[in-house]
Amino acid sequence: MKTLLEEVRNKESIYVPVPARIVKVESITELEKLFTLALPNDLRLQHEPGQFVQLTVFGVGEAPISITSSPSRSQGTFELAIRKVGDLTNVIHGLTPGRIVGVRGPFGRGFPLARFRGKDLLLVAGGCGMAPLRSLINQVLDERGNYGKVQILYGVKSPAEFMFKEELRRWAQRSDVELHLTVDAPDLGWNACVGYVASLFPEVKVDPRNTVAAIIGPPVMYKSVIAQCKAKGIADGNLWVSFERRMRCGVGKCGHCQMNHIYTCQRGPAFMYTEIKGLEEAFV
Amino acid sequence: MSSFNILPKAKFGDWVSWLTERYRVFGPKPTEGQYTFSVIKSADDIDFNYTQTILSPKKCIVPQRELLYSYETSGMRVHAVIESLPTVILGVHTCDQHAIRLFDRIFSHSFTDQHYRSQRENTLIVGLECLRSCSEQSFCRSMGTTSPATDVFDLHMIDLGEEYCVEIGSARGRQLVAEFRGMFVASDADLEHRNTVLRNKWDSFPYRLDCDVTDLPELVDGALESSHWQELGDICLACGMCTQVCPTCYCFNIEDHVDLRLQRGSRYRSWDSCQINEFAMVAGGHNFRQKRAARQRHRFMRKAKYQYDANDMVGCVGCGRCATACLVHIAPITTFNELWRRKHVAEAQEAKVQP
Repeated sequence: MKTLLEEVRNKESIYVPVPARIVKVESITELEKLFTLALPNDLRLQHEPGQFVQLTVFGVGEAPISITSSPSRSQGTFELAIRKVGDLTNVIHGLTPGRIVGVRGPFGRGFPLARFRGKDLLLVAGGCGMAPLRSLINQVLDERGNYGKVQILYGVKSPAEFMFKEELRRWAQRSDVELHLTVDAPDLGWNACVGYVASLFPEVKVDPRNTVAAIIGPPVMYKSVIAQCKAKGIADGNLWVSFERRMRCGVGKCGHCQMNHIYTCQRGPAFMYTEIKGLEEAFV
Repeated sequence: MSSFNILPKAKFGDWVSWLTERYRVFGPKPTEGQYTFSVIKSADDIDFNYTQTILSPKKCIVPQRELLYSYETSGMRVHAVIESLPTVILGVHTCDQHAIRLFDRIFSHSFTDQHYRSQRENTLIVGLECLRSCSEQSFCRSMGTTSPATDVFDLHMIDLGEEYCVEIGSARGRQLVAEFRGMFVASDADLEHRNTVLRNKWDSFPYRLDCDVTDLPELVDGALESSHWQELGDICLACGMCTQVCPTCYCFNIEDHVDLRLQRGSRYRSWDSCQINEFAMVAGGHNFRQKRAARQRHRFMRKAKYQYDANDMVGCVGCGRCATACLVHIAPITTFNELWRRKHVAEAQEAKVQP
């Protein structure tokens, strides 16, 4: 069985997508929908958590979308959680099961799970950063024995914006997962932490010698969360981040995703902090 | 067959006609007081004494707008469009040859761009030695691009007065010479003549860069915080002209066009520019390079360092087209020299402070 990437590489043109069928659409927040896609029968996705696909809506355009399902749960189908935020995603939100879209990828470099083995994991998401982080979380939970402590920190603007609420509930109930949630703007029913994601750190205990952190969120989140991780004593080489950038090609040509000299679509979107901490264009 | 052949100027017209009968031939054509690489029909169309062309011959391999594939909006019948025409680019100056080498590397590393490869493999580069500086904006000598790129040209011509010396650079070039039959092998006297012409050309190419080309990566890397970028940002119109005319700029956008019934669509790529505001903007509106100063800096970093690090050659070939095109006179040579000057002023000040 060929991988999607092998199929894409074998095409006459690296820019031509492979058709995928939407098999399920679920509304997960007011702004986000979860799309389940099926590849042609002879193809498997084979991705690393943190990688993305270039998603084509025929007649509209193409955009990079991170894969939200874990490799362990992306056998016949895979999932994309998409926020309605631009021209293309507005159209995507109107698509229904049965429609054919195009996919290329998976591109870039995800999180290196082999390096995470045996470590305590501090998994930090802000806003729709949970979409790619969920791929990592579910992979980790499906092979839970490989890892030490698992702590998930997740912040959104208001309680209604939490994605994957059912899964959050399940994670919260597990004795081998610590889930910490925060919102910027609480509603009447909210009785947990209020503030940005960084404000969750006081309630988290980590063993700095044995902790790896993976951090995904909006551009403004990184500096404060990284500072908190460093304050806990986690080494720069154990901090992993993933970045969103404008991408047109996904294959290191079009130039849009460049941060200083680095093409995010090639070396990233997941980076060890030491690789990019000196890059001015990596942070805002 | 020798690597060096002689084409008498009396036969030049035959040579061009022979080529145009077999290939789509681009050549330097006088166009409203300037020069452009245009499709030519005969030697009468071209001027080999041309100076700077408005656009580089990159447009002959990567068109400004290029169809990548077509599809039905239902998602069915997706067809890659990889069309290439047997092409000769005639009279490619040495700086532009070096730029094509950079393109060859970019479009083949990690993922091969089949659209580029197809047209590139179907294109013969016939170079033309520059015997004088072509523009007051050019600084090829400083960038080391006043001599041909031996791994790029198929044939390379040198004007010897009454004749051209034609150097063979590839098997395809050799075949072209053999099939044309209008050239003859250069004699020792011809080679001596060629070498005299080459020896005598250098004085007309001034060094304009105050540092060495190999200093550039370190120079710009040390100037990331320079106030010069803001000075450029203050005057830059963000029109993107510099990148359009640049022979080493290859960034592109991808966009879809659909027919009026919304049944068939086509996906095109077109030249894009990092100088345009939206270039690094993501959905939701965050712009990772919002300031013109940051965009100008990015452009110069790419030219002077990033390409050097990634592809082993400086990303500026010194053609000076961007300086010619810039409405506010931003010129790489001025920028590099200014950064070099400031570096020395800063170092001198530091030396004074130390006991």
